[in-house]
Amino acid sequence: MAVNTKSLPKRQLTLRQQDARTAWLLLIPSLVVILGVTLWPVISTFILSFFNAPTGINQVRTFVGLENYTDMLRDQTFWDTIGRTLYFTVVSVGLELAIGLAVAQLIHSHPWGWQFLRISLIVPWAVPTIVNGAMWRWIYSADFGALNGLLMQLGLINHYIPWLSLPNMAMNLVIIADIWHTMPFVALVLQAALATLPEDLDEAAAVDGANAWQRFWRIRVPLLRPAILVALIVRTVDAFRVFDIVYIITAAGPAYKTLTITYLTYLNSFTFGKQGTGAALSFLISLFTIIMAFVYIRILYRPEDS
Amino acid sequence: MRSMYKITLFVLTLLFLVGTVGCASKAAGPVTIHVMTMDQAGLKPAEIDQIARDFEAQNPDIKVSMEYVGYDNVHDKIVTGMAAKPPAYDAAMIDVIWPDEFIKDGYLLDVTNRITPDMKSGMFPASFNGVTRNGKVYGMPWIMDVKYFMYNKDMLQKAGITAPPTTWEELVDQAKTIKQKGISEFPIIWSWNQKEGVVCDFAVLLFGNGGAFVDASGKPAFNNDKGVQVLTWMKQTIDDGLSNPSSVSSDENAVEADFLAGKSAFAVNWLFQYSDSNDPTKSQIVGKAAFAPMPLFKAGADAGIKGSSVDGSSSFAIMATTPYADQTWKFLTYLASNDVQIKYSAEMLPVWQNDFQGDGLAKLEAATPTNPVTVPAFLAQFPYANERPTVPYYNEASAALQLAIQNALTGVKSPKDALDEAAATWVTLAK
Amino acid sequence: MHYRKFIRKVLMFLLTLPVFFFIFFPVLWLFSASLSTQVELFSVPIHWIPQHITFQNYADIIFPDQAVSSVPRTYAIALLNSIKIASSVTVICLIIGSFAAYALTRIPFGFNRTIQLGILATRMIPEVSLILPLFIIASSLQLINKPIVLIITYMSFALPYTIWLMAAYFQTVPIELEDAARLDGCSRLGILFRVVMPISVPGLISTAMFVFLLAWDEFFFALIFTSTLAAKTVPVAIAEFIGRYVVNVNGMMAGGILAAVPPVIIALIFQRYIVSGMTAGAVKG
Repeated sequence: MAVNTKSLPKRQLTLRQQDARTAWLLLIPSLVVILGVTLWPVISTFILSFFNAPTGINQVRTFVGLENYTDMLRDQTFWDTIGRTLYFTVVSVGLELAIGLAVAQLIHSHPWGWQFLRISLIVPWAVPTIVNGAMWRWIYSADFGALNGLLMQLGLINHYIPWLSLPNMAMNLVIIADIWHTMPFVALVLQAALATLPEDLDEAAAVDGANAWQRFWRIRVPLLRPAILVALIVRTVDAFRVFDIVYIITAAGPAYKTLTITYLTYLNSFTFGKQGTGAALSFLISLFTIIMAFVYIRILYRPEDS
Repeated sequence: MRSMYKITLFVLTLLFLVGTVGCASKAAGPVTIHVMTMDQAGLKPAEIDQIARDFEAQNPDIKVSMEYVGYDNVHDKIVTGMAAKPPAYDAAMIDVIWPDEFIKDGYLLDVTNRITPDMKSGMFPASFNGVTRNGKVYGMPWIMDVKYFMYNKDMLQKAGITAPPTTWEELVDQAKTIKQKGISEFPIIWSWNQKEGVVCDFAVLLFGNGGAFVDASGKPAFNNDKGVQVLTWMKQTIDDGLSNPSSVSSDENAVEADFLAGKSAFAVNWLFQYSDSNDPTKSQIVGKAAFAPMPLFKAGADAGIKGSSVDGSSSFAIMATTPYADQTWKFLTYLASNDVQIKYSAEMLPVWQNDFQGDGLAKLEAATPTNPVTVPAFLAQFPYANERPTVPYYNEASAALQLAIQNALTGVKSPKDALDEAAATWVTLAK
Repeated sequence: MHYRKFIRKVLMFLLTLPVFFFIFFPVLWLFSASLSTQVELFSVPIHWIPQHITFQNYADIIFPDQAVSSVPRTYAIALLNSIKIASSVTVICLIIGSFAAYALTRIPFGFNRTIQLGILATRMIPEVSLILPLFIIASSLQLINKPIVLIITYMSFALPYTIWLMAAYFQTVPIELEDAARLDGCSRLGILFRVVMPISVPGLISTAMFVFLLAWDEFFFALIFTSTLAAKTVPVAIAEFIGRYVVNVNGMMAGGILAAVPPVIIALIFQRYIVSGMTAGAVKG
């Protein structure tokens, strides 16, 4: 029977429509905030990327279409920077995952003091990025740093090494500082997931003669796939956009060897005053991260997991 | 449905609170001006705060709100500050390399008509370099700073060296001696990290070799053989173990840390390094630092160059869109006034010429314990301060040059290739 | 048999040692540096434990007096600002974020997927790029340099994050409970407040902690948006230790320890919620 639902008193709306109203009510505060504070700047930046927009009060904005994008895609520095950022992302996330998995398994096997180990993991993770950066910068200090001091006293080197001045080492040093801070997160996530795995599968395999190594790789790791996927996506997206720690430790030096793509965006928008270029870069970065997230989901997501 | 009302009410309350907190009404009364400056070199923040308080005591209708940021952040904060209406700052410290960019951007207020004849005749003409373009003045001179050549008297004495070097070649010889005698592992420390500091050092050396950044027609000249020689020399001193390899990632603060810890014998830096060297809470070489005129390359000296350094002065400019230009100018005038500057001259020397002549000179030198040393050093070095290129795209140009020098110093590219690459970028930027 | 097991236990324990070392060496060094004088910090060879232990660095920050330079003096105020701002962001995001998360995951109304993906997509933009447009909006509303501006701008990344975390958590709440409540005549909102929320307290606490740490950690927005003490946060204050005359390393280390203390304490107090929050979010995706 076709009834004009609008003319009905509220109580007689279908459950589904009532539900929908409630849903919108619950959503609206968040949507308002997101629209205003996230979406609007994103749109504004997107529009800006099609203009030549030098900073300045009297500056004229000229429409240049896709020129900012094409200039960027033709620039060698851009591709070098993408390469460097990918190196950082792959190595950093890869090591975090590997070490995190190892540590998670270590905790899971309950050695002496495993609770203390788990609690300790919280410390590097909770230390603010700035403090982390400043701390490692001091550790790497060429003349007074703890790294040199330690290696010297262990007899591994016989004179201090200017770590941050070495073009091929600098990025790796930033990676170490980043891993120190983020590996605990991965380890904790994976350990939590490990703790929920059913023990009987494992025990059955042990009875069948599988050793610890086989049990780990053939049984546990595949079951961890959802957790690994989540950690991978989150960390990859964040690692690709790394900025704060590079800003503090090396300021993109030496010789731009630690210049990451977000840092390049910062340089364009703020230091060089080319906001249009900066905006275009922002979107290229977003494009890359969306593609990466897609790829992960394609490769690793299986519907039966959720 | 009661819960729905509850929620709606709650959300509305939240929005209301957020709204009211945000739109707090402005109090009437004294005008507050916001001034931003860097918190390194020149006066210490506590001292500037004191100056602000003194000013407020004399001008009850003006309140001064100072903000101090690291040098690296000043430029960014000016740019973002000016995106706001009214601007976040009424006045800000301007480094000598920024006026062209900021004038093009319309950030600086033309204050030509506010400069009094007293100021014009009283202040060093060179102090206006950082704020004058096309005959118009855009700010108040404040610090005139150059890079000085400082050495550790003690170390030279131990090495049996009787006088500091007058040429860079001599420096290399003296450094070798000091190194061989085991007095210092790396006798020379520089600020060659990928920031403006490396261009400053490069400027000092380049002009000391008879080179220049641009030629008469404005085209890049730093990649000619004089420039390549300088860069090659720089790399050579690292390869020979005379310049500390950490120079490649050191800024001026790191240079000071190294010098004050007694690890290097020679350090090129701004004036602040000297007064800090005599501060026992910071320095292990109290009383041992000394000035010498900046050395030159033999080729430069032969070509008639008498001295070389780089101008690192800073001024205060009024932001063009400020609603409080008059009050701000009043404060800047006070800040740069002769009396105030003499009082704090241990940290930075005044920009008033009379202080360096006759009675004025005597008075200045008596003002603080370090002045008898710093004033003559300043008088000897400042006349030879060279300027870096005054172009609106300087930041980008400098970045290209910083990269080139770093590429050469880290061995990624040859000095000639690196400098040529930077020169090509400069040509593109100039279009 | 026992013998072998014992060897295994010892081996496992030995394996934990490098991990402990990796975790604690930098922190302990940070702590040691914070107890040093500047002169000692710059001495070679390195003094692992300072010969002259001094608490002056902490005193300068916590009990500043006029003679001390302004940077340590302002630190305590920055600390308060950070606490204020991080807490506000957390509370607001938790409330409206969990509302939204519940709606998106439990109430099918046709746009669930779209909105979810849209919110996820907003996380892809680097925050650095959003600064200038946000700055212009903020200044036209005269909000620059007030804590509120940071609270609002932080929501640009904190809110999507909250929604994502709580959505994952809500999906682990057994649907049977909600169905039972519905059968009892509960309205949708009633289910939310009387059934789902009370059960989700662990998830809420865990999310609260993540968001608090995220806001506490944020640096670049704070650097650009705040100028004076009114709103300056801890990361900005720390960055200011770099770039004084001589890098005030020992002061910065003391500041670093103090900056790390609140988040570490919070994380330690709520540590079992980290695990439960992660279990829900991670395992169920």
